Amino acid sequence: MDALFDPVVLSRMQFWLTAAYHYIFVPLSIGIALVVAIVETRYFRHQTPENEAAAKFWVRIFTATFAIGVATGITMEFSFGTNWADYSRYVGNIFGAPLAAEALIAFFLESVFLGILIFGRHRIRRVPYLISAWLVFVGSALSALWIIIANSWMQTPAGAELSSDGSQAILTDFFAAAFNPSTLARYSHVIVAVLLMGAFIALAIAGWYLWKKRHIDFATTTLRVGAVAAIILCALMMVSAHSSALEVSEEQPTKLAMMEGQYEDGAVGLSLFGWVDEENETLYAPLEIEGGTSWLASGDTDTEYEGLNTLSESEQYGELDAEDAPVNFVFQSYHLMIIMFGAIAIITILALIFGIRKTAGTKRWFQWVLIVSPIFPFLAIQAGWATAEYGRQPWVVYPTASSDGSISLLTSDAVSQSVSTPEMIITLVLFILIYLFLIVAWARIVAHLINQGPVLEEAEEATKAPAHKKIPAKADDTDKKDDKKKEAKAKADAKPKDDTGPDTATDDAAQGKGGQS
Amino acid sequence: MTVLSILWYFLIFLLIAAYFILDGFDLGAGILYPFVAKDEDEKRIVRQSVGPVWDGNEVWLLTAGGALFAAFPTAYATTFSGFYLAIMLVLFSLIVRAVAIEWRRHDYKWHKIWDGCFFIGSLLPALLLGVAVGNIIAGIPLNEHGDYTGLPLIGLITPFTLLCGVLGLGMFISAGAAWLALKAPEDSTLRQRARTVRPIVQTITLVIFVITFVYGVFGIDSYIPATLAVPRFACLIIFLAAMAVGIFVNKRDVWPFILQSVAAAALVFLVPCSMFPDLVVNTAGNPIDIISAASGDLTLAWMTGIACVGVPLVLVYHIISYRIFRGRIDAGKDEAY
Repeated sequence: MDALFDPVVLSRMQFWLTAAYHYIFVPLSIGIALVVAIVETRYFRHQTPENEAAAKFWVRIFTATFAIGVATGITMEFSFGTNWADYSRYVGNIFGAPLAAEALIAFFLESVFLGILIFGRHRIRRVPYLISAWLVFVGSALSALWIIIANSWMQTPAGAELSSDGSQAILTDFFAAAFNPSTLARYSHVIVAVLLMGAFIALAIAGWYLWKKRHIDFATTTLRVGAVAAIILCALMMVSAHSSALEVSEEQPTKLAMMEGQYEDGAVGLSLFGWVDEENETLYAPLEIEGGTSWLASGDTDTEYEGLNTLSESEQYGELDAEDAPVNFVFQSYHLMIIMFGAIAIITILALIFGIRKTAGTKRWFQWVLIVSPIFPFLAIQAGWATAEYGRQPWVVYPTASSDGSISLLTSDAVSQSVSTPEMIITLVLFILIYLFLIVAWARIVAHLINQGPVLEEAEEATKAPAHKKIPAKADDTDKKDDKKKEAKAKADAKPKDDTGPDTATDDAAQGKGGQS
Repeated sequence: MTVLSILWYFLIFLLIAAYFILDGFDLGAGILYPFVAKDEDEKRIVRQSVGPVWDGNEVWLLTAGGALFAAFPTAYATTFSGFYLAIMLVLFSLIVRAVAIEWRRHDYKWHKIWDGCFFIGSLLPALLLGVAVGNIIAGIPLNEHGDYTGLPLIGLITPFTLLCGVLGLGMFISAGAAWLALKAPEDSTLRQRARTVRPIVQTITLVIFVITFVYGVFGIDSYIPATLAVPRFACLIIFLAAMAVGIFVNKRDVWPFILQSVAAAALVFLVPCSMFPDLVVNTAGNPIDIISAASGDLTLAWMTGIACVGVPLVLVYHIISYRIFRGRIDAGKDEAY
């Protein structure tokens, strides 16, 4: 129980909670931002009512999700100062700049053009509107770059020296710090992962509509595009994951040892699953390939790596307590990530086959798999992040193998000393309550939007008009069946116009708007 | 004290001024929301007036926070950890406000909840930001390590800091009223209400400023360095003039908004001009100033480079956005989806 009143533990819990929560919505936002950009491009090239409905549908899903990502992101920037004041003092010279740059270069881009994306469709021409959609995606991908730069510097600090009084790290080389040994490998790993998340959200929504036998055209197209994107991303994932693991094996020996549960020196095996008995310092891994990880990391199954016991005796990593290290946790989360990737790859291949053959519509079991499939990238992302962050404990700024270890900071030396335990308990409880409330609200809204579906222009106008205008009061709470009927009618009305070219479609849309106002 | 650190001292206040002006009007609109918007369409007009721009406006706060972290890490660490509960309240407010604005449109049921979140989420930051500034001016007790040693939250509330909070709140509400008068439909009652509220709130704000100023100079044991007397005096005059003129100008809706913005900027710059070179006054020892808090010159040089690229781009984005959404909101026409 004492641990629960330890400011370090409480601060870590709060950071974990807020970061893990934020990291649910970041992959969704960036992933769906790309989906939005793609469907907007499709709509730009083929102005059919179906494409328009799809574009608007995805923008709605995106804005509902982006809002919570933005809101929970503010927490992260503030938390370095509020809960990790001594960390901020130590790294401010280096860590603050990427945060400021993130806001200046990325946040402004995404937030300003998001406003245009939501409110500007009928105010600006189609080319600038399409550009706005892409700029939102670019902005969100750029913000990920800056935050990964900042986080990677904590993993593999570079381009800095200790100040003369030893109180802080001073920047000596900006490029070395920004593009430290792990930045690019980790950025590509993260960005591919979050895009996979987006692809799987698209697959899940396609699966849902196939299951419900609604919006079949929309669903089949989404499935095909999503599967093609996912297979490319899976291939890229293997490359980026490998380079990320390679970096760990070179620069973060204690993390590598924890990931593979290695206490003693020797060649590192490769296993799909297992259990680390922390008390007896042994790893049970029934299907272990001897020297497999050594081979992946160095090309030779005999390459020996230091185990936790040796590392904890060394000068550089002496602060590590091999008996107390969260070895099993890191091992399990790392392997969970890999297993999840296996599931992702299998589903992607099936989706590609059924998508191209157009047989997904009849395979109920596969539709069900698609509906639950976002859980796999979700777990992979959370587990991967937990591996990265837990694996470097007990340091918050990790002393890399290639450095002399002078730039490093223990997590226990990083917390705010002026914040008392009761204050932390209050905020932790409030965070839990508010975040629970938010996720419930978000799930309701997104479920409602998905239920509404990609509604065609005419039907949508009817559902959207303010309750006290023209339409009877009930129109706001659209009844499903009602909606379906309207949609079917709109579809029937719109179909013949498909071939008459883009101009008619826009005129139509404009008239629809005008008629309403 | 290097040239770059002095530059960043003022740049941070420039970022805060940009936040105070831009997010000022949308926080103000959120505070006025339950009072001036009587029916669903008027509520929609208020939301739609800030809808496309509030997010970009709020990023100025994040930029200011990030810049403070990068340029003066010690000041960032001291204030954010010292004001822990207050900062968290601001944070919770901004969180519920952000989702409320976006979700109100999509939600089929919880309209009252999101309206409440929009209001509270606008009110608390508007009040607490002033309290925070009041504390760095009046000073807080810090130990040698730079950690706040006073009582959490309660220790930060004094008559002076409360006055600063209310002053800030008044500025936010005035800006919100000026903005709504500018954006509401020409012949709407919403615009009429906003136009009636603004001069009243501005007058009260001006009175509170005078009280705060007099109390700040004579009532609390504040030390104002002799440097920068001229700019300090200029800020004061500009603020008073802009506020006073703003109260009486109401022919066109754009001038009160501009005057309110000028006054807001002058008020923000009054702070660094009165504190230079201090960042946080310490009632129990040496203050945190530019010399003790600034990052190395290499960091500041890179930050300057990033700002030289980033700020013009940001200004371009803002010009694009405000141009696209210029003009009044139409009654009964929802543009979002």
